[in-house]
Amino acid sequence: MKLLEMNHVKKSFDGLSVIQDISLSVEKGEIVSIIGPSGSGKSTLLRCATMLETMDSGELIYLGEKAAWSGKDGKMLYAHKKDLRRIRENYGLVFQNFNLFPHFSVLKNIMDAPVSVQKKSREYAHQTAMELLKKMGLEDKAEAYPCQLSGGQCQRVAIARALALNPNILFFDEPTSALDPELTGEVLKVIKSLADLHIAMVIVTHEMSFARDISDRVIFMANGVIIEEGPPQKVFASDNERTRSFLGRYIP
Amino acid sequence: MTVEKMIAQLAGGMFVSIQIFLVTLIFSLPLGMVVAFGRMSKHPLLRGLVKGYISIMRGTPLMLQLMVVYFGPYYLFGIKITNSYRIWAAWIGFVVNYAAYFAEIYRSGIQSMPAGQYEAAKLLGYSRTQTFFKIILPQVVKRILPSVTNEVITLVKDTSLAFTISVLEMFAIAKALASSQTSLIPFVAAGIFYYLFNLVVAMAMDFAEKKLAYYQ
Repeated sequence: MKLLEMNHVKKSFDGLSVIQDISLSVEKGEIVSIIGPSGSGKSTLLRCATMLETMDSGELIYLGEKAAWSGKDGKMLYAHKKDLRRIRENYGLVFQNFNLFPHFSVLKNIMDAPVSVQKKSREYAHQTAMELLKKMGLEDKAEAYPCQLSGGQCQRVAIARALALNPNILFFDEPTSALDPELTGEVLKVIKSLADLHIAMVIVTHEMSFARDISDRVIFMANGVIIEEGPPQKVFASDNERTRSFLGRYIP
Repeated sequence: MTVEKMIAQLAGGMFVSIQIFLVTLIFSLPLGMVVAFGRMSKHPLLRGLVKGYISIMRGTPLMLQLMVVYFGPYYLFGIKITNSYRIWAAWIGFVVNYAAYFAEIYRSGIQSMPAGQYEAAKLLGYSRTQTFFKIILPQVVKRILPSVTNEVITLVKDTSLAFTISVLEMFAIAKALASSQTSLIPFVAAGIFYYLFNLVVAMAMDFAEKKLAYYQ
């Protein structure tokens, strides 16, 4: 069964069509990168997939369960609130600008949702949080507040926070766009290290060599449509004119 | 009359002033939150009504509002005004007026919160109530504290307006003493009282701000 299916998704803002009929699916454990020029609808697609944005039409399915679909009259229908809560547990999202909770310590940022949303015991949540922090190389920052961290450290905390809820699929919305090259490197290294956790990842990114190295599949989007998709070797060696002009120096 | 005697009389007024101050804060701070939600409601009728209420509260003198609350029951419904209603009228007038101001402060704080905080909370599965009380409200409190301090300091001085409906608070007594004793001392004492009161308020609010300074 597919982990995520998006069928014929359309979305426009004030008459400006941002996503024009996109279909996309993600298998369990698969790593998919979405690349493309700014304004091509990549982030909007992620925001539709995570239901931060409503879609105008189409279908959104997690593990065979419909989260959203177009009704007979063309209006979007969403699953019942209770079902949506459960469906949402399938995925996590890492934002471009982290969106950590500034009034919570690093540890509380990671622990609080497992405790107060998933009703896990404090001991269990604490242990998981410390393990994740260790994995992120931040075990000495547990008691720090986000404002005391560098951008790269903040993003690693945000990744730990998303992982603490044990999602099947983790979305990344340009996770390194707010970081300098050095901090970008440390965050990308952490994301790479997640590959062996076997959770699926969908990564919107402008880091081309990263996308090429990490992905099972690369999707190239422009003007709200998927121009090309396939294994990285194929997309990065594409002879499609639009793909070539975007990838430029990355194409041999 | 000796200075000691005057001070003793003024002390009774001080007690009433502090009482108006405390009652107003205790009720208008939470009521303001309710009003703020009404002001931000999706329901156009409710939003319009609350907007009108805030507009009137901010657009007319508090002195006039106190008189309306005090004399209104008699002129509108012919209800006989009792002496004990006086202090109630002051409490009601102050609470209803300050709730409007606090509501606008809350609204400014809530609307200044970045959308990302709500989005992160939604993705992590927090319910709407959890999001508001755990994520949004604590940050809003920090943001609005300086504006609230301003309002609270104004309230200390505004309690003197209760003299217009003959509530025997600090200022009413000072005024009476000043004319009966032809002395400036009651006014000086009143001035010192309000100043010290506000000094304490400012120190307390400063302490609260420092407490919340552990994050940015």
